[in-house]
Amino acid sequence: MRTVRMLAAAALAGAALLGPAAPGALADAPTPSATAGEDAGPTEAGTTFRTAAAFRPGQEATAQAATGDYLYWVFPADTGERPTVKATVTLPESALRHGPATWRVDVYDGLRRRQPCMYGAQSRTAAKEAASLELACVLRPVRASADAWANDPLPGSYYVRLTVTGLPEEDLGQSFSARVGVDVSDKGGAYATDGALAAPLVPGATTAEPAEQAEEEDRRTAVEAAAPEDGWSSGRWSDRWLWTAAGGVLAALAGIGGHALTRGAGRPPRVPPAT
Amino acid sequence: MITRKRLATGVCALLVALTAALLPASASADGPAAKESPKVELVLDVSGSMRAKDIDGKSRMSAAKQAFNEVLDAVPEEVRLGIRTLGADYPGNDRKRGCKDTRQLYPVGPLDRTEAKAAVATLAPTGWTPIGPALLGAADDLGEDGATKRIVLITDGEDTCAPLDPCQVAREIAAKGIHLVIDTLGLVPDAKTRQQLTCIAEATGGTYTSVHRTDELSRRVRQLVDRAADPVVTPVATEGAGRCADAPRLTPGLYTDREAFGEHRWYKVDLLPGQELRASVSVSADRAVNDDYGVLLRAVTRHGREIVRGSEAGDGRTDVISTGLRYPKPEAQDADGDDKPAAETVCLQVSNSFSAPPAVKTTPGMPIELTVDVVDGPASASDVASFGLGRGWWLLGALVLAGFLAGLIWGWLSRWRVAVWRTH
Repeated sequence: MRTVRMLAAAALAGAALLGPAAPGALADAPTPSATAGEDAGPTEAGTTFRTAAAFRPGQEATAQAATGDYLYWVFPADTGERPTVKATVTLPESALRHGPATWRVDVYDGLRRRQPCMYGAQSRTAAKEAASLELACVLRPVRASADAWANDPLPGSYYVRLTVTGLPEEDLGQSFSARVGVDVSDKGGAYATDGALAAPLVPGATTAEPAEQAEEEDRRTAVEAAAPEDGWSSGRWSDRWLWTAAGGVLAALAGIGGHALTRGAGRPPRVPPAT
Repeated sequence: MITRKRLATGVCALLVALTAALLPASASADGPAAKESPKVELVLDVSGSMRAKDIDGKSRMSAAKQAFNEVLDAVPEEVRLGIRTLGADYPGNDRKRGCKDTRQLYPVGPLDRTEAKAAVATLAPTGWTPIGPALLGAADDLGEDGATKRIVLITDGEDTCAPLDPCQVAREIAAKGIHLVIDTLGLVPDAKTRQQLTCIAEATGGTYTSVHRTDELSRRVRQLVDRAADPVVTPVATEGAGRCADAPRLTPGLYTDREAFGEHRWYKVDLLPGQELRASVSVSADRAVNDDYGVLLRAVTRHGREIVRGSEAGDGRTDVISTGLRYPKPEAQDADGDDKPAAETVCLQVSNSFSAPPAVKTTPGMPIELTVDVVDGPASASDVASFGLGRGWWLLGALVLAGFLAGLIWGWLSRWRVAVWRTH
């Protein structure tokens, strides 16, 4: 009986250890908040996919532009992360505006495929008097791989496009400023899928000769240039390893417990001690 | 590892700095080295209407001059800047002569700030507003080399030289495929000016700004000139065919082409077994288009079987609509290893469902941008879950239950065996 109790205690302890460990297994991954001045994001935005200004999760990218411009930024997202894009638009002076304006933020992946937002106000209309406007888009968690016919988010570059989609004609071309940032929450192993891309979905990525050439010439490849702060993860690690290993240990303990139950406590009294 | 990377980055940065330091010398030594440095031409309206005193209480002309002085001071070293005027010389009423009144004030090239400023200082509001001819002139000034080019047009009124529609001129300049962007700034613009300037900007992928204050003007022009200095990858012009057999063969890279409304364009890419094709396409709406539109990119085999497609539709105001696709070609099954596996020809078809109001010209076609990347194939997945591993309390429960049952059965079995052994 004592063994059973010990086993139960061990199982509970294991579960208790695992409980916080499971979600926290990769908890150190969320990007550290911006600290020094050099960590500040870009102060200009691009105007096309090709010229998109790069920033990393945790940084804040700012830009000043004229209403009607299409502003582009690009950030990296890695396996297991769920990025939340937030944009704040400081609208032109309300005295100069003639009516409400609708703003919109769109997110595209490295293949320029539009990514849907799970939550968040992707598009909003600002009243004539409003001074600023906040938009948000929560993407789906990034998976290590998907089949070729799917639109699932994959590790790689993500483009943010901010623009005004509806406004009175005479309000075009007025100056506004925008701040864009990305928060990344780690979804752990819940979305850990098998398989992996040879290279993240980064435009210009190649794993053939040009990459080797670039390495020889000590240039950064497109993939490295677009990488998050601590490089692209292999996608091999997930907290599923912990869960499965813990399951194995618990099963073994339960097996010993089950076995012990059939033996009763200690040596059976009828069996004489070996002499 | 990280330290090594940092070191490598440091070395890179040092190299870049060294190259940058050495570049001006080598650029002056031999012409072609400077080929890639970006070119910007500022086109300034010096028509009579620039006399109006409505920018910060000063005349539009003096606001423009002040802004120019500030911009000229801040032009990045690598930018080759030129200045062209329109309506600066002919004060008369002859429309024909007035509409030819555009001239290069300062040639595109390495900037001598004092000289350029002196040239700007001589300007006085005079004549007509021949925007179309000025744009043509500016495009000529910038030449047709591989550098990125930008025209910044500053004007306070619409073109007074119909029938040459400056918007159409801009689209034709852009269609020449010389990587040229026109940004427009309207000084205290009225509705017609705004319409014309947005149309010009839209036609070339540029931006439009309306200006009511001097600081706005100088800040924006400075920003646009800086933008020109940002290094970008310039796409290669290509021309897709009407069917796959005649299509151009593309290697990984960035391409541009033109596609008319409802047209199909085909391209070919060679793909070895075990490689993955990544293609994306953007179609730019460079003119007024109807509200609903779409783009379709299909990867098709030579025999016409569709492999995979990317499609996107949208509505309302947009600059581009884009989509992409991935096609991982499986490893060859018969792994002889003797002969090199043959590359498959994948045909890429780009089509769009844009439409335009009847008044809008349909030629030249809309610009499309095509990216093609070929990478190694993905590691194949044998299970949905990562390595087939499990997760969650149900898994733990199931494992514990299975372990417990296994233990019980084993225990009973061994007791039974002991009992059997003892009875014999």
